Amino acid sequence: MNRLANRYRNILDFALSSLFRRKGKNLSLLAIYTLIVFALASLMLFVSAMKREAAVILKGAPSMVVQKMAVGRHDLIPLRYAAEIGAIRGVGEVMPRLWGYYYDSLIGANYTFMVSASLADYPEDIIIGNGIARLRNLAEGDIMPFNAPDKSPILFNVRRVMSHESELAAADLILISEKGFRTLFNFPTGYATDLALTISNPKEVAIIAAKIADRFPDTRPIPRSEILRTYDSIFDWRGGMMIVMLSSAVFSFIIFAWDKATGLSAEERKEIGILKSIGWETSDVLLLKFWEGVVISLSAFLMGVIIAYCHVFFFSASLFEHALKGWAVLYPRFRLVPAIDPYELAILFFLTVVPYTTSTIIPSWRAATADPDTAMRS
Amino acid sequence: MIELSHVTKTFNVGRSSIFTAVEDVSLVIHSGRLTILKGPSGSGKTTLMTLIGCMARPTSGRIWLRGFDQSYTGDLGTPEEVETSGLPERFLTEIRRRTFGFIFQQFNLVRGITVLENVMLPAYPSGESHGAFRRRALELLEMFDISRHAASRVDWLSGGEMQRVAIARALINDPGIIIADEPTAHLDTKLSREFMEIIGSFKSSGKTILIASHDPIVFESPLADTVVEMRDGRITGTAGIP
Repeated sequence: MNRLANRYRNILDFALSSLFRRKGKNLSLLAIYTLIVFALASLMLFVSAMKREAAVILKGAPSMVVQKMAVGRHDLIPLRYAAEIGAIRGVGEVMPRLWGYYYDSLIGANYTFMVSASLADYPEDIIIGNGIARLRNLAEGDIMPFNAPDKSPILFNVRRVMSHESELAAADLILISEKGFRTLFNFPTGYATDLALTISNPKEVAIIAAKIADRFPDTRPIPRSEILRTYDSIFDWRGGMMIVMLSSAVFSFIIFAWDKATGLSAEERKEIGILKSIGWETSDVLLLKFWEGVVISLSAFLMGVIIAYCHVFFFSASLFEHALKGWAVLYPRFRLVPAIDPYELAILFFLTVVPYTTSTIIPSWRAATADPDTAMRS
Repeated sequence: MIELSHVTKTFNVGRSSIFTAVEDVSLVIHSGRLTILKGPSGSGKTTLMTLIGCMARPTSGRIWLRGFDQSYTGDLGTPEEVETSGLPERFLTEIRRRTFGFIFQQFNLVRGITVLENVMLPAYPSGESHGAFRRRALELLEMFDISRHAASRVDWLSGGEMQRVAIARALINDPGIIIADEPTAHLDTKLSREFMEIIGSFKSSGKTILIASHDPIVFESPLADTVVEMRDGRITGTAGIP
């Protein structure tokens, strides 16, 4: 047992000094390899963290949202629908919601307006998201002007700026009273933007959705699971797009690594012959080449993943944010909650470490199975 | 003792380029003696030494190894005798590592690593502790007066120094038999005589030595016990102690 451990340790020792003597070549390989792992791991960590974040936010979302449709588009929903939907068995609370978008031509950004019951007594006040405050340089107590549809100016007092923690969900959000909302958008009375439903038994969601669709054919019930799926698809799509962009770099690396790994130089071939002639077995040579491959690929994997972890969770994926977070003027600034999915990490490991290590062994195996007397004749 | 019986080695069997390098060689190499294989280039000396040193297998004929420590070969033969010509690769490797020390014509040192690492190379896969064989390697470097170069890369050494590193490497596993192929081909007269002095010390320590050479400094040396002359793959004459 001790001899076996010694043999592994000694050959690893030689593998390290063997790698070290081709410093330039191996360090450049390690750098490119690390960069590829970093890019892929950043994408992977970011996309899964965003999906997890969206899932956490949507946990507090209503069980179902009912929208009215007109010519295939979202329309305002009459408030009388709320009473009738509320009468369906299994539906708990029906909450009419008032929300909409406002385009600020001054900075070219879209804001999301949402009515908050907490502002019912303050029709001239608004609470703004951190992103808006940053972009418009606003603070508590400032006045924020808007234009009504007839271009008449309406002024609101900034009552409060939302906390930094809520920025992922609320960077572009403005909370407003119902009165202020209806005045600003000239919103008709007796209508809401949509209805938020509370359904206590999640198993009944699909049945209730079917009943609503049946009784109100001009509506579209959207269960929470569907919203979550949409978020997932958006982040998967953005991640996929980044992978397509990165694929040229990945393929160049694969060709480079394949060439490095599979082709043995005349010098390496001669070395294998020398090792065999002085008493190394084929398996010893393979172990040496295995260690060399493992040292390069495992180091690149670990360094790439650690740098990606810092990049995503400490620097908010600053290199990829424009592609991954969206294309809005109003980028949310936030820190994702650090988390690693071992399954995804294992996939990345098998896609990076295993192919490289294997591809270094095969050509060495071919050279190592040759008769050692070639070294005598070189 | 090494005994060869009707050994033949043919390359490229079944092809138009078929070539017989060693033909019907029978020979006895006695323990503790210096045997020289003498002959021109292409006479089959190197091939014969690769067969004796378990680097290749003969196409026909048999080779026995007698009187050396063969405990590691398990039940392949009696402790006193093992037939190497028919052994599987892993046993041949084990015998090669423990019984033979090789000194090559071109030295065959691994470039880019240090002198010390080169000397230790044959011991790495043996499973021995690194500290133990490192100590031994340093002693050998001391013995051959090159310990000052231990941490230097072999690329920076002179021909004579490289030769001594190659000899130290051949001795790291304390083999019973030393095989040297044209060891003086790249050395001047002074260094060649120094090499023969080292061989003399091996001989007096009881090692069996086999040298292939066409250098008169080697085959005319008074240290040589037997000189076997080869031409076209065959033995054409034997001088000295038979």
